[in-house]
Amino acid sequence: MSDHPSTYQPGTAIERWLDPRLPIIRFGADLMSFPTPRNLNYWYTFGGILAFCLGVQIVTGIVLAMHYDPSGTGAFLSVQRGIMRDINYGWLIRSLHANGASMFFVAVYLHILRGLYYGSYKAPREVLWLLGCVIYLLMMATAFMGYVLPWGQMSFWGAKVITSLFGAFPLIGKPLTALLWGGYSVDDPTLNRFFSLHYLLPFVIAAVVGLHIWALHVPGNANPTGVEVKSKADTLPFHPYYTVKDLFAVSVFMILFAVFVFYMPEALGKVDNQVMADPLKTPAHIVPEWYLLPFYAILRAIPDKLTGVLALAGAIGMLFILPWLDTSKVRSMRYRPTYRLFFVIWIVACAALGWCGSQEPDGQIINGLAGPVLIDYDINSVTWLSRIAAMYYFAYFLVITPILGLTETPLPVPDSLYTPVLSHPAGVPAGAAAAPETKG
Amino acid sequence: MDGPADPGRRDFIHIVATAAGIGGIAAVAWPLIDQMNPAADTLAVASTEFDMAKVALGQQVVIIWRKQPVFVRHRTPVEIAKARADDNAPMKDPATDASRVKAGHEEWLVVLASCTHLGCIPTFAQGDYGGWLCPCHGSQYDLSARIRKGPAPLNLVLPDYAFIGPTKVKIG
Repeated sequence: MSDHPSTYQPGTAIERWLDPRLPIIRFGADLMSFPTPRNLNYWYTFGGILAFCLGVQIVTGIVLAMHYDPSGTGAFLSVQRGIMRDINYGWLIRSLHANGASMFFVAVYLHILRGLYYGSYKAPREVLWLLGCVIYLLMMATAFMGYVLPWGQMSFWGAKVITSLFGAFPLIGKPLTALLWGGYSVDDPTLNRFFSLHYLLPFVIAAVVGLHIWALHVPGNANPTGVEVKSKADTLPFHPYYTVKDLFAVSVFMILFAVFVFYMPEALGKVDNQVMADPLKTPAHIVPEWYLLPFYAILRAIPDKLTGVLALAGAIGMLFILPWLDTSKVRSMRYRPTYRLFFVIWIVACAALGWCGSQEPDGQIINGLAGPVLIDYDINSVTWLSRIAAMYYFAYFLVITPILGLTETPLPVPDSLYTPVLSHPAGVPAGAAAAPETKG
Repeated sequence: MDGPADPGRRDFIHIVATAAGIGGIAAVAWPLIDQMNPAADTLAVASTEFDMAKVALGQQVVIIWRKQPVFVRHRTPVEIAKARADDNAPMKDPATDASRVKAGHEEWLVVLASCTHLGCIPTFAQGDYGGWLCPCHGSQYDLSARIRKGPAPLNLVLPDYAFIGPTKVKIG
């Protein structure tokens, strides 16, 4: 696709003058005419939605930084009194920014699931996938530091718990946490540097997104069949076909976004964060934001500190090495029914981990039933459900994916990405056209 | 293209120039990293004095040392006896009760109020061992603040402290 010839013709005199000097309009025009597989479905709109999310976070974030005071005594008030009450539309901008982070993660998880389902990570798109994993890591770091800035109780103790993770490493643990904190504990210097880095990282993300899109435009988009584009007949120009499709998806996404911003702005927050940070009082139940809960559950499932931290890192690491774990030649799970089944179970395991992460470690799964205690915890406890789900999480990547790729008999893969489209005439569900009046 | 008259000399210059470049980058990088370490004024407030006469038998107070909470617990004879009875129980980080207190001051337990797992403040009189329970990830400490259950790897940390009077201590 990188061999896609430029069709741009400089029209005006200014364009004819500019083109040999800085072909920036040609660059944009070539992006717009980029040949894109004609069978991309709505799962492929999350890239555009994510670009929208990053834009929202950067714009609202820059505005919030104009009113924010990154000091231990001032941070909480500058957010809760200044931004939320006194500054014109401060409440709106903060609500957009805080809920925007959650929306960003909703979109990125669906984008990742899309990539997993359709095998988008496979050759020749490994680097594209790795860059995506890097963006995801940067997003988590940025979101974590951003969550600290309002300096509420959950901000403070979340920061304490997450930075203490680095203390698990032998020898370097202690100096490393002192370096992160700039003191003996989470304190003013920590808040200041988190603010600085929270402002920096989105621009780093934007740069890696640039590389991600570059890496996308070398082999071109994958598609739901997993069959590579064979000729120009398999493609459509990106604009107007996919710009409009993406814009429509963004519009639908904005409805969901607006529901949170205007009708339930605190639904995803924790009530403890309305209390100013107090280094002498740990909230009764510390939980991270929803998008980190599965990893938090994995951390807690393991009775040893260092192993727990390594498992948490490893859970994210699995995504990085996935392109080399999947041994199947068939890209899309459309044609891998067995793998698809294991994938659905994997999603259930992730959801179970997310739920476990939000519960107390001793909480019972079936109320009032006491089972035998094994490795410190009752069998009928949140901890044991996390342990089982975490084992499946890792087994999916390290055992099921490599072995199934070699043993599974896939369904017949179409010759071209266009064949499955043609076999459903006009894309109308069977029966719908014949008797429209009988359909609800 | 003609090679240099003495290729060994050219290679040597390459190596020296690259090494000087790397050394220079490291020299500049270090201040940029080290500035994140605790500042001199943070390090300066390193010790705290506390008169424990105010702490009644069976009471626990939380004082601040280096901006971290510290538990000062006035243990009852029953608690001390319980802690000693457990000296030989299986433990992750084995320690005798005597090693956790100052000789002659066994009723005073002074520990950092920071769970050795991920730094939360444990709550007293909860859990299976009569001591502390960390609300974050369920680590349990006994009456000598030794880790007995849960993910924390070590006993609650004993700060450096010394008695400078019958009931007065200097921490740090």
